[in-house]
Amino acid sequence: MRNEMKIQFSALSQNESFARVTVAAFIAQVDPTVDELTEIKTVVSEAVTNAIIHGYENKATGMVYIEAAIEEDTIHLTIRDEGLGIPDLDQARQPLYTSKPELERSGMGFTIMENFMDEVEVISEPSYGTTIHLTKYLTKNKAMCN
Amino acid sequence: MGLAVNLELKHSVLCIRLDGELDHHTADLLRSQVEDYLKKHTVNHIVLNLEGLSFMDSSGLGVILGRYKQIKNQNGEMVVCAISPAVKRLFEMSGLFKIIRLEEDEELALQALGVA
Repeated sequence: MRNEMKIQFSALSQNESFARVTVAAFIAQVDPTVDELTEIKTVVSEAVTNAIIHGYENKATGMVYIEAAIEEDTIHLTIRDEGLGIPDLDQARQPLYTSKPELERSGMGFTIMENFMDEVEVISEPSYGTTIHLTKYLTKNKAMCN
Repeated sequence: MGLAVNLELKHSVLCIRLDGELDHHTADLLRSQVEDYLKKHTVNHIVLNLEGLSFMDSSGLGVILGRYKQIKNQNGEMVVCAISPAVKRLFEMSGLFKIIRLEEDEELALQALGVA
């Protein structure tokens, strides 16, 4: 059985916490480990922050869209914006690369997504926006206590 | 949940204690508070105590690196202490441990800087 949820919210930095906590609460029902939950919260935070800073350049009129789905032990996340898009994806995915060094960005967002998730797909088109598909396979051989 | 920033000067070492979540939203708060403090006080080194930090992402790495550069420009050092395994992974991934020293707790961090 596939279980889905969708949220959308203004591209405001105070919603970064709302986004990761909401996705974590949805995922919690399949009993992930503490580490897995932290990883999911972190990647949601990375993708939403990218949408706000790079996609919309901090213009709060933009909207960020998140879809999450649970399929057995697999978590699917889609984080989408309708912002500026990424001109050079290969460059953006390089560890430590940032287009905004003046904002003290570490350039680690995509590297963290790639490390914490099993699959990362980025689709971006200038002036149409960016969609990030993330997939994670939860560890199956957990001890069942219920 | 936001971020509480506690600043205390101990023998010219600025102890920055963070409680809560460090992300893009709260990173601005941390940067402005530390920058203000550095303008008004004589600070030789920084100890960053992350004991109360419950969440951090790459925006946290950015703001920490920014403060490291600032104290480095004044010929100072930064020591990080009391970090969780999750935060440690992010530090390792970004190579921050190559430039920022890690200690168990604040006491040991101050000792490492020769002031405790």
